[in-house]
Amino acid sequence: MASTLLPFILLLPFVGFLLNGLLGKKIGSEKAIGTIGTAVVALPFVFAVVLFFEMLGAPPEGRTMHVTLLSWIAAGDFSVDFAYQLDQLSMIFLLIVTGVGSLIHLYSIGYMHGDRGFFRFFSYLNLFIFMMLNLVLADNFLVTFLGWEGVGLCSFLLIGFWYDREFEGTAIKWTGDAAKKAFVMNRIGDLGMLIGMFILFSQFGTLKYAEIASGLPGSMSAEMMTIATLCLFLGACGKSAQIPLSVWLPDAMAGPTPVSALIHAATMVTAGIFLVARNAALFSMSHTTMAIVAGVAVTTALIAATVGLVQNDIKKVLAYSTVSQLGFMFVALGVGAWTAAVFHVMTHAFFKALLFLGSGSVIHGMHEEQDMQKMGGLKKYMPQTYKTYVIGSLAIAGVIPFSGFFSKDEILASAFANGNAILWGVGALAAFCTAFYIFRSVFLAFHGEERFDHTHVHPHESPATMTIPLWILAVLATVGGFLGLPIVLGEHVHVLHNWLEPVFAQASANMHGHHLSHTLEWILMGVSLSIAILGIFLAYRMYVKRPELSDRFAGSFKGLYKLLWNKWYVDEVYEEAVVKPVWKASKSVLLKGVDKGIIDGTLHGLAKLTGEASNLFRKIQTGIAQQYVLVFMIGILVVIGWLVFGGG
Amino acid sequence: MSEHDFLAIAPITTVAVFSLIVMLVDALVKKNTSLMQTLSVVGLLGGIGVAIWTLPKSLNGFNGLVAGGGMTNLFDILFCSAGILTVFLAKDYLERLGGHFNEFYTLLLMATSGAMLMAHATDFITLFVGVELMSICFYVLAGFLRRQVRSNEAAIKYFLLGAFASGFLLYGMALIYGTVGGTGYADVAANAATVEMPFIFWAGVALMIVGLAFKVAAFPFHQWAPDVYEGAPTVIAGFMSTAGKAAAFSAFIIFLNSVYGSGVEGTDRVQILLAVLAVGSMFIGNVTAIAQTNVKRMLAYSSVAHAGYMLIGLAAGSPDGSFGIIYYLIAYLFMQLGAFAIVGLLENEKGCNLTFDDYKGLSKRRPGLAMVMAIFMFSLTGIPPFAGFFGKYQLFKAAIGAEMTWLAICGVVASVISVWFYLGLVIAMFFRDSEEKQAEGGTLGGLSTAALAVAVVGTLVIGFLPQAIYDLLS
Amino acid sequence: MTPQDYLPLIVMVLTGIAFGAVSIKAHEILGPRRPSKEKESTYESGMQPVKTAHERFSVKYYLVAMLFILFDIEVVFMYPWGVTFQDFFDQGMGTLTLVAMLLFIVTLLFGYIYILKKGALKWD
Repeated sequence: MASTLLPFILLLPFVGFLLNGLLGKKIGSEKAIGTIGTAVVALPFVFAVVLFFEMLGAPPEGRTMHVTLLSWIAAGDFSVDFAYQLDQLSMIFLLIVTGVGSLIHLYSIGYMHGDRGFFRFFSYLNLFIFMMLNLVLADNFLVTFLGWEGVGLCSFLLIGFWYDREFEGTAIKWTGDAAKKAFVMNRIGDLGMLIGMFILFSQFGTLKYAEIASGLPGSMSAEMMTIATLCLFLGACGKSAQIPLSVWLPDAMAGPTPVSALIHAATMVTAGIFLVARNAALFSMSHTTMAIVAGVAVTTALIAATVGLVQNDIKKVLAYSTVSQLGFMFVALGVGAWTAAVFHVMTHAFFKALLFLGSGSVIHGMHEEQDMQKMGGLKKYMPQTYKTYVIGSLAIAGVIPFSGFFSKDEILASAFANGNAILWGVGALAAFCTAFYIFRSVFLAFHGEERFDHTHVHPHESPATMTIPLWILAVLATVGGFLGLPIVLGEHVHVLHNWLEPVFAQASANMHGHHLSHTLEWILMGVSLSIAILGIFLAYRMYVKRPELSDRFAGSFKGLYKLLWNKWYVDEVYEEAVVKPVWKASKSVLLKGVDKGIIDGTLHGLAKLTGEASNLFRKIQTGIAQQYVLVFMIGILVVIGWLVFGGG
Repeated sequence: MSEHDFLAIAPITTVAVFSLIVMLVDALVKKNTSLMQTLSVVGLLGGIGVAIWTLPKSLNGFNGLVAGGGMTNLFDILFCSAGILTVFLAKDYLERLGGHFNEFYTLLLMATSGAMLMAHATDFITLFVGVELMSICFYVLAGFLRRQVRSNEAAIKYFLLGAFASGFLLYGMALIYGTVGGTGYADVAANAATVEMPFIFWAGVALMIVGLAFKVAAFPFHQWAPDVYEGAPTVIAGFMSTAGKAAAFSAFIIFLNSVYGSGVEGTDRVQILLAVLAVGSMFIGNVTAIAQTNVKRMLAYSSVAHAGYMLIGLAAGSPDGSFGIIYYLIAYLFMQLGAFAIVGLLENEKGCNLTFDDYKGLSKRRPGLAMVMAIFMFSLTGIPPFAGFFGKYQLFKAAIGAEMTWLAICGVVASVISVWFYLGLVIAMFFRDSEEKQAEGGTLGGLSTAALAVAVVGTLVIGFLPQAIYDLLS
Repeated sequence: MTPQDYLPLIVMVLTGIAFGAVSIKAHEILGPRRPSKEKESTYESGMQPVKTAHERFSVKYYLVAMLFILFDIEVVFMYPWGVTFQDFFDQGMGTLTLVAMLLFIVTLLFGYIYILKKGALKWD
């Protein structure tokens, strides 16, 4: 079954990409393009569900399936196959990618209505799904890397989709610059990943996940293991926007909102989590790496959350929130709570996609206005959007019983148990900020006085193709958490944990996890719930009850406000520490010295030589047949001479 | 005579019979052009079908005069495919240039059966019959645009030099016959090691190598190629440089295998000789191509270089080398024929619009064609993941396997040189604007589109799925 | 065989060449030369030559001549076939051998039909 359905799951989006990309202009009709684009993602989702139930029927140890679609090339012992591995982990990602993906495709039909690049948009989106499936279904690093680069390309194309629009980002002016920034940042990460792959290949002689995991620890020294995993983590940082490679994600909001929802919230940015989770056994071998992962992650979570506090652009708020939430997931990975990370990937996919699509609905209804300062009181104009947005906000803030509560609580509890109190404390602070900034956006956009210009802007509710996906996601964001009820409620209530256990068994054995007492766990749950409620309440006080409070706050904490407003000066640090020196060095040393002097000199010299030889040879070709015969005869004499007398 | 005899030559018979039928149709039926085209394609498809059918068998027929099955039939399929693509392309092209005579199809089918006979030959006599059948058809086809001086010139030159080369080929056969006492390759393999006068044997081998090197257009016997390819109708130039070359290489492989396999002393000299010819062809071809302003001529020189790459496989003298050549020939068929097809499409009624200058700004005028041409150029350069890359990869691998790493390095260097003019054309098409324009060639007919599509798909499939082709061949 | 065995052959070739060269030269040196008008005129079956021999012939002559040779050669192939036919017949392969030759002739017949219909043998 798997081997028959899997090719369809993989190839359908690609077919959609080809259809829409090559024939889109000819098809013309938005309905047809949208239907094709959505169907080629929805059908794989249906197939994935079928496979899921089949997998459920199988015993836990028989749930991993390997399917080789095609042997690409074999060189000696090294072979590259399009080989795929469908197990519990990739199944979850498969369901998320195709499920959330098809909802967002559906939503895009309404959102992109009338855009002149309608078909282009859907073909890119289909290509993205294809690449993402390659990434998560791969059974070896190379195919993952193919998908990894592919989604990077799609991300680049989609961020710069409106390539001729201005976009006010950090140190950039055009959407094209934002796309470039994302691409360059990702390249740095990719380099790390490549080096990591090379190290692993040199040590294990294979790039297959299963073979590497079963070959552990191999002959690798602890230091080598740390270096390899850190390299891989660098790759993960690039894709999942962790410090220091985080700055591209907020600017990626230059793309259309469905793109932000699908690629820069629900799926692509979790590729880093996937990479670490897939190689959990490898990462668990190096405690240094694990500690670094947790440290980087919690820093990212806090910094991004604090920056989110002061943003006025509704999509920017969500972008920083995504960075921060990804930080949470990495915290979970860093303390060995693999399941919790995947759990949060799932719930985050639901509620963040919901929030993004909600914000898209707002932006759509407000005629492309993204500044929350110019919104307010939208509640009565867009009731559906409002309701679903609030559900998403409750989920991300971590209010019981919405999904975010369960996954975030599990991460924080694991951080407390396996990490230390500081990790937990910083995480909790970030969670508090989360609750505050998200409800700040709710209150600014939907409550309070109407601050927009009534003569030009007429807010309206979005069409059904947009609100239906919102409601579906809202339901998922509400109930998604019940897949991972806390262990304190019973031994087998954490469905997801039981499901994933076989995948992470090897890694968990390396981690020596601690268990918290039930009392402590109850206390932690209470604390995180009260943190969330406190954040929401404060936001309510500041933005609904007494709007003037926020300005006064900004005034009295000028330094802090400025720091946050400027995003902790990360971009400026980059500018000074990396961009400028590199520019200078490349201009003075590389361009003038190496490039123009050595390389150009040699190349031009060689080129000139070849060119002259070429002219000379051309002159030998006179066009006179007799001369050809002469050359021919000389050739014959030499050939005969060599073969007859060459032996000496 | 037995069933085996006829099975061995069944693919050739099919195509040859159809060539006669087409000839009769031409004589007896009026308004017959489309019928002849259909029959030609049916005949060639039949040839492919029969070749596939007898592929798994290993056949020897007519007391060792011909063989069939296996690699031989792969070549059959290759020739017939080239023939079909050429038929598809020919109609539009020849009609536009005023050279559409029905004999074209008969000659094309006969040339194809000649090429097939060369691949099937296991005896000098059959080989020679095949060579002449193919070559004579080519001589006529080269002069097919009889109102153009260039085409006539090409035909005469090709005929003169081709007859000259055939003479040496025949002389070589005679000398070998005199020493090993038989005209079969089996005789060569059995007796070459014990001949009484090795120097006569080697002189014979030398002359045969010369004759075949002429047919593949290898240095220093390549000088006819640019003049002939430039003057000949473009579709025919495409066919000659793919199927013609492939036929000569098939004969080359089988002949040299019998020499290598005989255990005669001195095969290392043959290998070195072929390596030198390979290096010479690669460099002369690629370097001279740089100075060309005419795209057709550039492709002609580049075909010399490609003959050089394939000679690497012969020089390696291993099964890997032969495999590499076949692989390369398949890739080369699609990219070279495709490139010539586009040149033919853009050529105007006067036989002009062929220079690099004329290709400037093509991407704006005919974006589809420019795109496809770019694919062929990338593939000819050997840029992954197009077909040409994996072809070169197989050949260079074979060279390294035969401890001729220096030869592989030369091949890589030559490929780098070729970037200059292949990508030069891409740059002209995409990044230069045209100043003044001549009348541009014809519209893209349905058949031409189909042929181009096949060529592109072939180039891409071989590039993206090398393993599939690899499995298919082994 | 060794190269030395070819010595007589080489001697013969050289003698042949020498004989030709010597006789031409000797004729020039030894022969008396008394040219007259009659002797220098072109002899053409006793007729007076009327115009120059360097004339352009119609291409049709070549065509007919070539076609003649083509079909003439055909018969050459039939000689060895005719000689060995009895042997094949005795071995019980008579029909096969006959069919083979018929195939050959039919193929040529096709060509003949072709040239007839194409008008290669029409004189005007």
